[in-house]
Amino acid sequence: MIAFKDKSSGTVAGSLTIDGELIEFRDGETIYQIAERCRREVPTLCYDERLEAFGACRLCVVELEGIHNPVASCTTMADDGMVVKTKTEALEKHRKTLLEMVASENSNLDVDPLSGYASQELGQLLSRYNANNGRFAGNKSGDSNRDDKNPFILRDYDNCISCYRCVRVCAEQEGDHAINVMNRGFNTQITAEFGNDLRDSQCTFCGQCVQTCPTGALADKKALRASDLPGDISKTRSICPYCGVGCAVDILTKDDRVVGIHPAMDGPANEGALCIKGQYAFDFVHHPDRLTKPLIRQADGSFREVEWDDALQAAAAGFSKVREKYGRHAVTGIASGRAPHEAAYTMQKFIRASFGTNYIDNCSRS
Amino acid sequence: MSNPLSDMEHPDVIFAIGTNMTECHPVAATRLKKAITRGAKMIVADPRQTRLAKIADLHLPIRVGSDVALLLAMAHVIAREGLLDRDFIEKRTAGNHEFLEHIKEFTPAWAAPICEVDAALIEQAGLLYGAGDPSAIFYTLGITEHICGVDNVQSLCNLALMTGNLGNLGGGINPMRGQNNIQGAGDCGAVPANFPGFQPCSDPESVKKFSEAYGIEIDPEKGITKVTALNNAGKDGPEGIHAMLIDGENTVVSDPDKNHCEKALKSLEHLVVIDIFMTETAELADIVLPATAFAETDGVQTNTERRVQRLRAAVKPPGEAKPDWWIISGIAKHMGTPGFEFESAKDVFNELCSLSPIYEGLDWERIDNGKYQWPVPAKDHPGTPRLHEKEFKNGRGLFKLIGYRDPAEVIDKEFPVWLTTGRRLQAYHTRTQTGRSSGIDYLLDEESLEIHPEDAAQWGINEGDFVKMSSRRGTIEIKARLTDRSPRGTVFTSFSFASVPVNILTGSGYDPVTETAELKVCPVAIRLIPGK
Repeated sequence: MIAFKDKSSGTVAGSLTIDGELIEFRDGETIYQIAERCRREVPTLCYDERLEAFGACRLCVVELEGIHNPVASCTTMADDGMVVKTKTEALEKHRKTLLEMVASENSNLDVDPLSGYASQELGQLLSRYNANNGRFAGNKSGDSNRDDKNPFILRDYDNCISCYRCVRVCAEQEGDHAINVMNRGFNTQITAEFGNDLRDSQCTFCGQCVQTCPTGALADKKALRASDLPGDISKTRSICPYCGVGCAVDILTKDDRVVGIHPAMDGPANEGALCIKGQYAFDFVHHPDRLTKPLIRQADGSFREVEWDDALQAAAAGFSKVREKYGRHAVTGIASGRAPHEAAYTMQKFIRASFGTNYIDNCSRS
Repeated sequence: MSNPLSDMEHPDVIFAIGTNMTECHPVAATRLKKAITRGAKMIVADPRQTRLAKIADLHLPIRVGSDVALLLAMAHVIAREGLLDRDFIEKRTAGNHEFLEHIKEFTPAWAAPICEVDAALIEQAGLLYGAGDPSAIFYTLGITEHICGVDNVQSLCNLALMTGNLGNLGGGINPMRGQNNIQGAGDCGAVPANFPGFQPCSDPESVKKFSEAYGIEIDPEKGITKVTALNNAGKDGPEGIHAMLIDGENTVVSDPDKNHCEKALKSLEHLVVIDIFMTETAELADIVLPATAFAETDGVQTNTERRVQRLRAAVKPPGEAKPDWWIISGIAKHMGTPGFEFESAKDVFNELCSLSPIYEGLDWERIDNGKYQWPVPAKDHPGTPRLHEKEFKNGRGLFKLIGYRDPAEVIDKEFPVWLTTGRRLQAYHTRTQTGRSSGIDYLLDEESLEIHPEDAAQWGINEGDFVKMSSRRGTIEIKARLTDRSPRGTVFTSFSFASVPVNILTGSGYDPVTETAELKVCPVAIRLIPGK
């Protein structure tokens, strides 16, 4: 049996059998959550663990002993004694058919991973099930809003599969309700109010809809600028440089350039959320205005580029001179609230260890 | 924050005061929105109708700078209605008798004309906060950037103490820190009153500890704040400041009273600025040293909930830019100061941990996945997501007797309008970074002055007109934008655009304890510029 190692965090509600294995579960767990926990790799397209289960894509269906039709595992709560099968021939055939239907409208199945965090989900499932978009080709739903001139979010609804993850993340996670679903069936359309551009809606451009989209229908326009850069995409875990919430991010790099940002779904402070600044305001890193050489002011008032050693020597000499002329209480240091600990720590140590004073402050007073 | 961010989804009642969270801390605000969806009630006290105010159950559009009056009257209502947590008060607080006596006179009827809101609204706010179980307080600079910033914070503490909302799940007093590592700058001792880890400079043991660690006799008294340093810049006599090292701060644009600030920096004999751009402040320096930025720097930062997290370099820095710690250590070594033989960010961080009891259980490896919130006093300690759970650091929580004071300057015939300043979602501080990121301009390409339409009609101002806005310190020109987001008699703008240097106007006064500027209140006069 797969039992909980840590008995302290929540009571065990019962056990069920999944694919022949007895598994303990806690109160409120769905069959899908338990299956995920035990790495059954049940496929899904409409599921985002941060959102209420929706049961739309039907890929996560499982067979339940005593129930005639397969049930969606994401919306079925576990019950003591349940016997579940997640991978039968019938289920796999059903899933393949569903995938072929879902993909039938999508002209582009090869989605650039720069499009968004979840953008590869449909493509990966299609290759896992050896499915493609030919079998049910025909009708198409959704009008593309590629002409929305906003610089962040590409809206190519040709690739939309009506999983509603974008609508749900905007409502449930962000509380913004900027987009919604209009019409049904082949006329289904994700739209901002009155069919407006996103700028004229409640949209805050947090990018959450882009990051949860499993097909690249919503895509990160800024990141896609780097489509043609050579090399692979690398990810580096770091923390957003803006406010004090401390959202964890994955910095996407290509060819030694920052090309995009992904929210870290396991970031302890943000749990996958980001805002417009953390998601899109990163171009400053490679901006041509960046300072690249130490500068010293000359007699005529202009700056001259110098070597590091000369700059550090001149900086030190200036502080020493002021100390000699006016005493050690004539020098102060202002640390940054933007730079890391190592900057603030060395700054206060520089003042305390060089001058024996506490003439050190930071920018928190304004 | 006394409580972790995850607690934001648990309060029964949310009291958000002086915080425009959906614009300034949007990701934290999503948690409040979830709490509201779950059924929590929210009180918002803010002069402006912010997004948070729009979704609140109760919005108190109080006059700028009247927070203490509101909080006293709320305390009055809580006591009068018997919503006190007697057990908590008895076991964990001190000074409650004096406090409960003190607030008897401060009725909602007394506060209403000061706050310029109905007494009934204040009454409701007191009842709602007092009855919540738990109730959580959130605040930002709308509380601290006043001459009575400390009074404001202590008034909030009084509310939490009298209702037992400290150390509990989903309660607490939660300041939202505005900069990615402003908490960390304090943690590291970059403040005039504390050594690293908040060990006080007034404590002889701490002075001895750091004097020994740094190999020099350190003054047994605290230093001076940036505000005092700028005031004393270039002055004759023993208090004169003649050299300054500024790291990553655009003082000239972000600080109050811009002209004074510029003059102060220009009067220095030696100014060294470390930054990633040639900011308005760096322009005044004798030496400018290029630092590495986000995505180029390995290091550590602490977020608003005291979570210690790792930054990682992902790309090479431009040209010869170097990490701040390398630059500062280089200057120190050239001065002959010992103890700066650091070879990596890790070396620096581990030294910080070795000297700070709140970081004692941490080191470079242990913070790898950001799971610790300080204090972490030992290697086997799990960290402290929630402060004050069992006891207060100094024993009992002390009630403070606070009285209301007017702002440093109040409106009069010459300057009849309140100006309050703040931030906007798409711009960060002085836009050195967001202003250089493509696409942001599509949403926000200029600053404007929010004026209530009825005020504008009375002043003969139309949407898009340019106005002259003056305070006792200066005048700026700004475009008018008519919106009822700001109440009548109060106008709003941000300090983000150098083209609209609103901090020429601000700087009317400072909190006497923290020397934080009263950036949230500034009486101004507004006149239409005809034909512009």
